[in-house]
Amino acid sequence: MTDLSLHLMDIMQNSLTAGASCVEVGVKAQKSTDLLTLYVRDNGSGMTEETLKRVSDPFYTTRTTRKAGLGIPLFKASAEMAGGDFRIESAPGKGTTVTATYEISNIDRKPLGSVADTVTMCIMGHPGIEFHLILENEESSFVFRTEEVREQIGDVPVNDPVIIGYLKEMIEEQSRILFGGILNEIIS
Amino acid sequence: MKSLAELAALRQKSLDKLNMRNEDSERQRIVVGMATCGIAAGARPVMNTFVEEVNKRNLTDVAVSMTGCMGMCVLEPMVDVYDTKGNKTTYVHMNPEKAKRVIAEHIVNGQPVTEFMITAEEANNA
Repeated sequence: MTDLSLHLMDIMQNSLTAGASCVEVGVKAQKSTDLLTLYVRDNGSGMTEETLKRVSDPFYTTRTTRKAGLGIPLFKASAEMAGGDFRIESAPGKGTTVTATYEISNIDRKPLGSVADTVTMCIMGHPGIEFHLILENEESSFVFRTEEVREQIGDVPVNDPVIIGYLKEMIEEQSRILFGGILNEIIS
Repeated sequence: MKSLAELAALRQKSLDKLNMRNEDSERQRIVVGMATCGIAAGARPVMNTFVEEVNKRNLTDVAVSMTGCMGMCVLEPMVDVYDTKGNKTTYVHMNPEKAKRVIAEHIVNGQPVTEFMITAEEANNA
């Protein structure tokens, strides 16, 4: 994976496979503590303690088509190689939250990439699911919910290309406002 | 600054496009493989390109969606195109430039791009 937003997309796919009807993505950048936090929270089926123990093993997967499951191990490695941390909270019936942290200034931290592309492509591919996005720095935040989009557009589908194009520009703009000057790959 | 309130104004534009669609016609479907293997190989910009091209060309009878692992990770990014009768064409090792050609030649002009299609050998070896 070349950037962190691709990891987010991968983990969001896991949420959808777990039957989630709502997926929340959070990106928080704190300049004072040099900490970038990413999380994906869902209301899917959740995992048993046994599954949770094995989920970071690249040779564990619930799929039957292949014997490898690399999404979680790669996300974990991306955090750990950049001085960060990785944790998963999950329980059957209660959903799952996957959190990764990074030292913002760490030379091995991958760039954030396009969170706008990640979220809008997931909306495009899964118009029946509710997606929430929270972008946050120490002074301000931006909260986006597909429920609010639906209120505005009424009978137009949320994955209409015109709507998707607008949402993408809106999230890109907010990413620049909130993370420009904090994450050095984003110019405000 | 963009805000959700502006979406209400875009609603009419979208509705006009939706009304242009012939309700009797079946839609062509473009399905992009979007599991770990696909994402790592570059599936997201491929899907992005399909969505942008469909929007730019006003293709109201084409749906773009995603699926999980298509089972042949070595050939990712993979894309299936379903015609209006449900016949499937599988494209492999896709990128944004190839996606533009698939839109122009296959979706718009009905000529599948044979040079990007999966071969029998690839299917057997994957």
